[in-house]
Amino acid sequence: MTLAVFFGCTFIAFGPALGLFVFTIARDPLRIIILIAGAFFWLVSLLLSSLIWFIAVKASDPRDEPLQKGLLIFGVMFSVLLQEAFRFLYYKLLRKAIEGLVALSEDGCSPISIQQMAYVAGVGFGLMSGAFSMINLLADTLGPGTVGIHGDSQLYFLTSAFMTMVLIFLHTFWGILFFHGCEHRRWWEITAVVVMHLAVSGSVCGVDPAPSRDPEVLRDVPVPSHPCPSLHPGGKSGHHLLCNIFSPELGDPGQSLWGRHWVHLRQPANWCGLL
Amino acid sequence: MSEESEESVPLLPLQQESLASALFNTDQNDNSERRRHDNSERRRNDNPESETNGQPQNNIQQVVEQDEEEDEELTLKYGAKHVIMLFVPVTLCMVVVVATIKSVSFYTRKDGQLIYTPFTEETETVGQRALNSILNAAIMISVIIVMTILLVVLYKYRCYKVIHGWLIISSLLLLFFFSFIYLGEVFKTYNVAMDYITVALMIWNFGVVGMICIHWKGPLRLQQAYLIMISALMALVFIKYLPEWTAWLILAVISVYDLVAVLCPKGPLRMLVETAQERNETLFPALIYSSTMIWLVNMAEEDPEAQRKASKNSTYDKQAPANQTQNEDAEADDGGFSQEWQQQRDNRIGPIESTPESRAAVQALPSNSQTSEDPEERGVKLGLGDFIFYSVLVGKASATASGDWNTTLACFVAILIGLCLTLLLLAIFKKALPALPISITFGLVFYFATDNLVQPFMDQLAFHQFYI
Repeated sequence: MTLAVFFGCTFIAFGPALGLFVFTIARDPLRIIILIAGAFFWLVSLLLSSLIWFIAVKASDPRDEPLQKGLLIFGVMFSVLLQEAFRFLYYKLLRKAIEGLVALSEDGCSPISIQQMAYVAGVGFGLMSGAFSMINLLADTLGPGTVGIHGDSQLYFLTSAFMTMVLIFLHTFWGILFFHGCEHRRWWEITAVVVMHLAVSGSVCGVDPAPSRDPEVLRDVPVPSHPCPSLHPGGKSGHHLLCNIFSPELGDPGQSLWGRHWVHLRQPANWCGLL
Repeated sequence: MSEESEESVPLLPLQQESLASALFNTDQNDNSERRRHDNSERRRNDNPESETNGQPQNNIQQVVEQDEEEDEELTLKYGAKHVIMLFVPVTLCMVVVVATIKSVSFYTRKDGQLIYTPFTEETETVGQRALNSILNAAIMISVIIVMTILLVVLYKYRCYKVIHGWLIISSLLLLFFFSFIYLGEVFKTYNVAMDYITVALMIWNFGVVGMICIHWKGPLRLQQAYLIMISALMALVFIKYLPEWTAWLILAVISVYDLVAVLCPKGPLRMLVETAQERNETLFPALIYSSTMIWLVNMAEEDPEAQRKASKNSTYDKQAPANQTQNEDAEADDGGFSQEWQQQRDNRIGPIESTPESRAAVQALPSNSQTSEDPEERGVKLGLGDFIFYSVLVGKASATASGDWNTTLACFVAILIGLCLTLLLLAIFKKALPALPISITFGLVFYFATDNLVQPFMDQLAFHQFYI
């Protein structure tokens, strides 16, 4: 894919967030720290939720497709709830920080208000969430291949980019709402945020086709590959590869691998365009 | 740099610089009701200009009273600004390393190992591999411990020439040889044709300017840039020549060693810092990244250089009479402050000047033991070894992780948060602290967790195009 796709998708996904960052956050060191700490909190919540999912998957039968699917949806819901829980924890931490700043300052007012912190925390959550969703895709766009060569939608990268942008904004707004609700003890605001988050994640989940479909039939939504060949000889034995991106080096297009099945592929080290 | 630059006039008391600049900015902007964080921004913006011409600000009398109240608040505010002043170079170093790893395949190719890690990791069994990597890590750490102890011993017995010679040789190696290799590999990657004469000229200029900047004097930004570059080069060497498991083990063990060496009473690094403080010297500039120019530690009258410069001007002499008129100050040496600045200052806060009495008063303040260390703390310093090992961690993550960019990003955020926490502890404890343990621990935890737990989860989510 071309550089145009790369830059286009990057700026669609991260352009508004970058603008927010440059104009409102970059000037104040305290806000930058709150941003990075927000990203960290999101990361920790993701880590814990993927730990739970991983344990659940390992404990279950890997061949049972609907179960795996169900576990994944459970993982998504659990992750959403955990993210909101960490947002609450972050709110607590920032409250303590504000009290500390107020105590230390001369004129009794903190250099940054809780609303500003809410905004920055939301942007931090959103940026990290968007980055984790989008960065590998963007790296893929720099490599060779053609999107949707088997008749799927050609707009995969574009939709992902837009979705990421939307999600960054949503996290920002949810941050503001959530902190406002916590601040003024309005529980309905907090529950509204949680319900919205669940709704957004759930509605995207619902796009998926039913598991009983014939594996040979192509999916509606094309899925990018994530080829990451191991670069050193003693390394991993192969790599999971879902591919709708046809690369000439793979050989016969009829053998290019498709479907919802995980496929093991041994990649030659010099193929991967990501690195 | 350790000494003031040519054009600086460091004759005015510098302990109060941070407090003074707060006041200076407040006065200059004539907006006392403006919020303090605007002042810190302005201070941050002003500092780059003031760093290279060495122009300190001071307003002494009022500063003296507000010293203690502002000290605590400034610790935290101070901290936020300096956290960012360290975030930026650490980020730059990591960006350089990751960009190189991703584009230049030389640094991910296995071309043998260092002599410090003689055991190979290409073994048949996992147990053998684990054993070899433990042995490699042990040898490497012993080498590092021995070298550190040697350095401390040399420093204690004042063998400065040997230390300087050693540092000069190692910087020569980095600046000329490693950068030559780096340049060569970059040219090979991008298939750029280049002749030896041009390369010789480039490397010669790069190296000589680097040596001057690092070991002698130079613009602050250039010195910082060179320190970042040599840290990145060293990190790339480590990434290339350390095998996998050895690298992770070394990172883990060296953060434990750093903790021990800096905090234990008999730790070599702690002894080094304490000896340097006793002798009132700065530590070697070639080993430490400093976020601001290192000002003179003492008041004007104690400093021989200042006295040399001021010898023509009796104003700053210890034995000078108490009445110093302002005209005399202004005529003799205005310290870089123009007439109208001084008039403005006088209009706002009354005519004061730096007299020996006021300086003595400031020196007699109880918090002086802190302020005498202030110039070193004011510009937060980070050892180059910390840069190197942070970059090794992130570089290894980007080179070998299956999660690729996700893992890299996770390690990057983890290291920054670790650095932030370390600086917070520094602001609280106000003494030399090890910068490796927290960041490396977070980095390692996040590397292994993201690579093994988060990546399969994100893969599945991407497969189904779920968004969380």
